[in-house]
Amino acid sequence: MRKEQIGDISRKYGALIVLVLLIVINAVITPNFLHINTMWNILIQAFSVIVISMGMTMVIATGGIDISVGSTMALASIIFAKLLIDYQMNFVVSLFAALFASCIFGAFNGILIGVFDFQPIVASLILMISGRGIAQQFNNGVVISFYGNKFSDIGTYRIGSVVPIQVVFIVLVVLVAAFLVKKTNFGLYVQAIGDNKVASKLMGLRTALILIGTYVLCAFLAGLASVFETLRMCSADPNNIGLNVELDCIAAVAIGGTSMSGGRAVIWGTLVGALVMQLITTMMNMNNIFYAYALVIKSLIIIIALYLQKEKEA
Amino acid sequence: MGNEYILEMRGISKSFSSVKVLHEVDFRIKKGEVHALMGENGAGKSTLIKILTGIYSRDGGTVLFDGKEIRLSDALEAQKVGISTIYQEISLVGQLSVAENIYIGREIKKHGIIDWRAINQKSKELLTSLGMDIDVTKTLNSYGTAIQQMVAIARSILIDARLVIMDEATSSLDDDEVKVLFSIIRKLKAQGIAVLFISHRLSEIFEIADSLTVLKDGHLVGEYRTADLTRKELVAKMVGHDAESIVETERTYREVSGDEYLKVTGIQSGIKLRGIDLTIRRGEIVGLAGLLGAGRTELARIIFGIDRKDKGEIWIDGKPVEFKLPAHAIGRGLAFCSEDRKVEGIIPNLTIAENINIANMKKVSRFGVIRKEDQNAVAEEYIEKIRIKTTGTEQKIKNLSGGNQQKVILARWLSMKPNFIILDEPTRGIDVGAKKEIEDLIKEISGQGISILLISSEFEELIRNCDRVEVLRDGRNAGSLKGEEITENNIMSLIANGKVDEGGGISA
Amino acid sequence: MNVLKSKVKISGSWIAIFVLILVPSIVYGDKFFSAVNAFNVLRQMSMIGLISIGMTCVILTAGIDLSVGATVALAAVMSAGLTEKSVFLAIFLPVLSGVFIGAVNGFVIAKLKIVPFIATLAVQMAVRGIAYIMTDIQSIPVAKSAAGFAVLGRGYFYGVPIPVIILAVVLLVMSFVCRRTPFGRSLYAIGGNEDAAKMMGIKVTRNKALAYVLTGGLSALAGVILCSRLGAGQPLSGTGWEMDAVAAVAIGGTLLSGGVGGVEKTLSGVLITALIGNIINLQGNVNTYVQQIIMGAIVLVVIIIQRRTQRKEG
Repeated sequence: MRKEQIGDISRKYGALIVLVLLIVINAVITPNFLHINTMWNILIQAFSVIVISMGMTMVIATGGIDISVGSTMALASIIFAKLLIDYQMNFVVSLFAALFASCIFGAFNGILIGVFDFQPIVASLILMISGRGIAQQFNNGVVISFYGNKFSDIGTYRIGSVVPIQVVFIVLVVLVAAFLVKKTNFGLYVQAIGDNKVASKLMGLRTALILIGTYVLCAFLAGLASVFETLRMCSADPNNIGLNVELDCIAAVAIGGTSMSGGRAVIWGTLVGALVMQLITTMMNMNNIFYAYALVIKSLIIIIALYLQKEKEA
Repeated sequence: MGNEYILEMRGISKSFSSVKVLHEVDFRIKKGEVHALMGENGAGKSTLIKILTGIYSRDGGTVLFDGKEIRLSDALEAQKVGISTIYQEISLVGQLSVAENIYIGREIKKHGIIDWRAINQKSKELLTSLGMDIDVTKTLNSYGTAIQQMVAIARSILIDARLVIMDEATSSLDDDEVKVLFSIIRKLKAQGIAVLFISHRLSEIFEIADSLTVLKDGHLVGEYRTADLTRKELVAKMVGHDAESIVETERTYREVSGDEYLKVTGIQSGIKLRGIDLTIRRGEIVGLAGLLGAGRTELARIIFGIDRKDKGEIWIDGKPVEFKLPAHAIGRGLAFCSEDRKVEGIIPNLTIAENINIANMKKVSRFGVIRKEDQNAVAEEYIEKIRIKTTGTEQKIKNLSGGNQQKVILARWLSMKPNFIILDEPTRGIDVGAKKEIEDLIKEISGQGISILLISSEFEELIRNCDRVEVLRDGRNAGSLKGEEITENNIMSLIANGKVDEGGGISA
Repeated sequence: MNVLKSKVKISGSWIAIFVLILVPSIVYGDKFFSAVNAFNVLRQMSMIGLISIGMTCVILTAGIDLSVGATVALAAVMSAGLTEKSVFLAIFLPVLSGVFIGAVNGFVIAKLKIVPFIATLAVQMAVRGIAYIMTDIQSIPVAKSAAGFAVLGRGYFYGVPIPVIILAVVLLVMSFVCRRTPFGRSLYAIGGNEDAAKMMGIKVTRNKALAYVLTGGLSALAGVILCSRLGAGQPLSGTGWEMDAVAAVAIGGTLLSGGVGGVEKTLSGVLITALIGNIINLQGNVNTYVQQIIMGAIVLVVIIIQRRTQRKEG
């Protein structure tokens, strides 16, 4: 019995335990770790992954996957900067254009998957391959920088000179995602489709629409994250922004306990997963360790976390 | 003495997290006999089988196989000692050829290389000896369930099984296929192979089993020779209470003369449906009889907008309709309880409350936000109304018994206040007690003016419940039976010959 | 019936290849249609080809291997470093390390039962990290003394480039293995119905793991060839190759859901991608971004065509 209980706990809170352990270890070994600015930095650096993986959690809960979010970031970034800087357009217009373009990518994925029944990994592979090419094509692969511009302070803005704007958005996005999953019809449908797609269709759920909505939401969040990153870096680099971000997001979702085969979406778990990944990187940086070691440690953590959460075989 | 029995399980006990599900059960099978294991859902049948095949470990007791004690740790080990299991869901690989499915894992080799010709040849011979003449180089997927099951049996013969367990193996077979399966069981028997047979269909038990063991609530009720029992006695032992109500055919057909609700004319689709007509009045229970492949489920799927038709028309309340999606059909007050509960009905990891309300969230949400109290209120209403046995609205549906899952699905549709429900094999795989409850429910629903199309392979179920029975045969209407005409004999003659025997009394 | 089906599907991709050869032959003449260019195409595809063959085996078991690109990099840098010692070791040890990486993948997936996508993602991070740590992210030149080593990547045998010969041999062997041996057939069985495969006495854990071992070894071999061609081992090489290989497998017609496909099909997928790359190169004024966009479009088109032929047949 006790062994079973331990198993239950590690399955449910495995990621959280790892996170707490990491915080404790860092508190001991990492100088200045317990400083508030360290916390802000961790959150700022994890911003993209946290925001996008909220959408990814829902995508994965439908039994799908979206490996095109990195390309979507590239697209949103270049469209935003091109309109804002090169064409001197209004900030809000540029923002909406970038988000709208991201949503088109999401809709493309969603339509292939929801309407034409493509395997999610194949469908999103298409935009993963060509999406970045499309983004690069917009400005011939040239980076658009805007240091010293009137917009260059937005990305580093701190509310009341204390709380970074990214942190506010993280809280907002996570709360909305949790609300969607727990309290709304949409959230229920998303999880039902991942749990049993055939039954969902037969009971009259508009599975195609729901899937399109889920992928659009994921792409929208990728676009949003991208605009923030672009503002923070004061440059739009379609060649490099969001490279491999899909893998970090998927890893965060997996560490967080959402089953890769679909079903229940564990929003708070994903948040924990994303924080774990970032903490490892930060730990290496702050202790002056070559970041390649972070990769090795992350890989071990992913495998251990997933092993702990593994459903007991019947 | 010990060698009379191929299998002896003595004093088997098993608990799951402090709930005892098997109480010192004794179970034995003679060599070369067909033995049935009987009991309602929850009696402990599947637990006992899983202990036998090594999927569960036992808490107490001994298992002797051919006189030797065995303790197995997985199904593969069971196979090695000579226990082979044929499941309802085929446990073979559809993408491989028939021959590969028979021989993989024990390939015939020549000079260290697989001798495909020999494998194909021997597979062919083996299947021929079982009375099957099929192309063994085709993929298994290209054949139907029945043939796939025969292939599984062929495989178990090849691996020298001495006990073949058939767990609900007949539940997706039509009568002819069952006949072929039984002939194969008899061949196994003739070769001295014992068969452990599990089925919900009593008629099958009485046809094929030499003896049987009855379990109830994890206790052994007794071991009997089939010939010594009547059906009624057997049911009484399984249910343990007065079983008269279900065994005695209680007929309640009515002459329904309301308006025509649904009418379909000349439905055609591929080779499955070749022109079917059907009308259902308000509050009428119409049965759809026929063999597997006669077009029953196919017709239902077309009416409900799941599949497309090539030709024909569907009318509701006198107006032609064309549903492209189930959602459209549901919008017009249709409901469809599919035959495959697991695949097409339940959302396993959602709660009972969620499973009941999910198709009708409008009712329990506002601006897309779920109102938990409303959701639970609806769930509780139905849990009480149709007596769903559960620990509460928050229990996951996958943890319910088959009968209770079916009730949740019914509750899902009923909560939408439909005008018309299609019930495709609503009592398949459900124990006798729950079956009766569901049948009562069907009548209650129709009493509220809801029309019902009842698809069932069990004639008795149709006889008990339907006001009218439409018999299908090879994708066409074979005939219609009303009231007193609805008899097993008449249905069978319509299926077999497309007409009723002399004096059967059929409406024109 | 089924044999027919697979023939039709194969011919679909081969028709595409025929068109991809015929049209440029007319447009570019012997700039395209020549032995030199043909070997060029084949040599360029040889490395992705080797990886894709392994990837096919993994995908047949309903898995995926995201660690192949990192394995290429690790093998390449190891190989370059070892050329100082001996040419034999420079080939043998990297391949052995690839086999080991595959074994780790296989262990984590088949034994610990962690989803292949996440498991190999984690291993990818670790392997890439190790390659960085070993080299400090510097390119390692092949030792001057190891003159013979260059033959592997740049040499010819009776006028045929050595890498092409290696690819041909591996392809023939693996085609036979997949069609005719218990191991090969078991890959289909595992991908088709894993529980059933187990019940049939197939050593599922072992054979699944072997598929990853094979992929690891072949990826490392590709890494060694790459090192030999470039005359240096680069820790950043092979980035994104996993998705190129997955795309080639998908284009070839092996289903990513497992159980259906084969290495010959993958050959056609690799050939299609290589031909398109070659044609775009010949065109000259097309930039690489457009090439990416076209590649994505090809994946889309090929999969639509496959689905149509499948539907017609089914």
